Amino acid sequence: MSFKVLVPIKRVVDYAVKIRVKGDKSGVETNGVKMSMNPFDEIAVEEAIRLKEKGIATEVVAVSMGPKTCQETIRGSIAMGADKGIHVDGGTTDLQPLAVAKLLKKLVDKEKPNLVILGKQAIDDDSNQTGQMLAGLLNWPQATFASKVDIDKSSPNSVKVTREIDGGLETLSMKLPAIITCDLRLNEPRYAKLQNIMKSKKAELQVLTPQELGVDTNTNLKTISVEEPPKRTGGVKVDSIDAVITSLKKFALI
Amino acid sequence: MILNKVIKNSIKLNQHFIRNYSSKTLVIAEHDGGKLLSGTLNTITAASKIGGEISVLVAGSKCNSIVESLCKVKGVKSVYTVDHPTLEHSLAETITPIIVQLQQKESLSHILSSASNFGKNFVPRVAGILDVSAISEITSVKDSETFTRPIYAGNAIATVKSSDKCKVGTVRTTAFEKAPVEGGSAQVVNCNDWAVPLVEKSLQETQVKWDSSEVKKSERPELTSARVVISGGRGMKSGENFKLLEELADTLGGAVGASRAAVDSGFVSNDLQVGQTGKIVAPELYIAVGISGAIQHLAGMKDSKVIVAINKDPEAPIFQVADVGYVSDLFKAVPELNEAIKKAK
Repeated sequence: MSFKVLVPIKRVVDYAVKIRVKGDKSGVETNGVKMSMNPFDEIAVEEAIRLKEKGIATEVVAVSMGPKTCQETIRGSIAMGADKGIHVDGGTTDLQPLAVAKLLKKLVDKEKPNLVILGKQAIDDDSNQTGQMLAGLLNWPQATFASKVDIDKSSPNSVKVTREIDGGLETLSMKLPAIITCDLRLNEPRYAKLQNIMKSKKAELQVLTPQELGVDTNTNLKTISVEEPPKRTGGVKVDSIDAVITSLKKFALI
Repeated sequence: MILNKVIKNSIKLNQHFIRNYSSKTLVIAEHDGGKLLSGTLNTITAASKIGGEISVLVAGSKCNSIVESLCKVKGVKSVYTVDHPTLEHSLAETITPIIVQLQQKESLSHILSSASNFGKNFVPRVAGILDVSAISEITSVKDSETFTRPIYAGNAIATVKSSDKCKVGTVRTTAFEKAPVEGGSAQVVNCNDWAVPLVEKSLQETQVKWDSSEVKKSERPELTSARVVISGGRGMKSGENFKLLEELADTLGGAVGASRAAVDSGFVSNDLQVGQTGKIVAPELYIAVGISGAIQHLAGMKDSKVIVAINKDPEAPIFQVADVGYVSDLFKAVPELNEAIKKAK
């Protein structure tokens, strides 16, 4: 029996990079900046591969949307253990969550996965939307902020997911196909082995365009400007508890 | 003929004008079954900045008292209620069809909820079905179409403008005051008749079931709305040592938070995490103890009014944002500070 997992991944500015806002306020400088797979997506890939290792999933398909450089990110996921990569070449257009969700819906219609696992948010736009939008478009059940995914090998047509909610945890069970978005606690992603990295470089990727998928990627949300947040005024270092107390009194906090 | 056409066109224009400028905003109430969560009040304030009518949806089971309290909130015109056992646990699959239907029935121009895990869960699902973009973590309302929101862990602020028929978004509650809980007199509109069948249909189609919850009970105020937050990081060394912070929190009437490092090390549970991937707080006083100040952590607390940092490493980045920095061993400094505050009070 086949059990396919689709894992959408995004190429973003590396989490450790201190970003710079462009002088013309049009966005954040990404030229010559280190890019990596979105950390939450690494967790999604890892979870999909673990499902394969447990003998539940039979195929893991990684998909990324954006410029040609996304292919590197897809190869990264293949090096981790994904079986197949699909690149939706969006050119230089900045694809928003709604456009990505629509493109993913078309891919779901084509690939017919049993499960789609996504990161809960991309660390560049911090939207936290794509998985939920896709679930809405497909009318599939969704489990967001997953910290545990449990599929019974003997009846792999449903999933139990523990979610991180405000104030604690919650467990849902749902019928497959379903959408899961990963929280940080779900797992610890593996490092790709050199041998697998070499192999992934030769892997053949399927390349599609939004036009071929019949999706208009324009949306009605425009970014007018991107600016630096207001800077905090530098504080003082004090060398005694008394001085801390004096400051707290000055701010009328005690 | 031509004159007729001109008149018709101008009527159309007029209608278009009216549609655009008389906003109808729906706020989705967040509650735990027993009481309204305060983030809803901040979201109502965000809604009031848009202008136009504000209504609130309360979906749940046995929520009479919540509905009553919302009717008194200033600025709320109507409170839509759907009260049914299937809504006891808020699932995206059950609340979404209600909101989508309300949008169609009432021609809502805006749909807002707080940017907690509650709102983040269903708001984009609603947007997807309505075929509109969603706007996450709104920090200010410039006009009915223009909003600001942080990106890149709060290291940049984007101003975005939506021309969607309905603007759907989540509100960063710490960026708005709470709406006054008195002075309002909203009408209650019971929606069970049409809403319950939609909920049941959705449950049947998605076959999602709530199994269990593990909610951490605490006597201390809720992290995101606490006036004072004391957070510990890797420097706390163990979960045991968080007692020091709890004692200080009790002296100040505050809540305890943590950095991701402290959560990953297993010192405390992850619902205490403050940061880009955890909770966003903006208390009057934030005391960071044994926290270096990685950008992901700063994203969750840098809008606090006063930041105090206690760290033995004078080079820790936290000192760059702290109003008061105390370079010291936390195991000595925290108990001393606790005693000194008790005395000073």
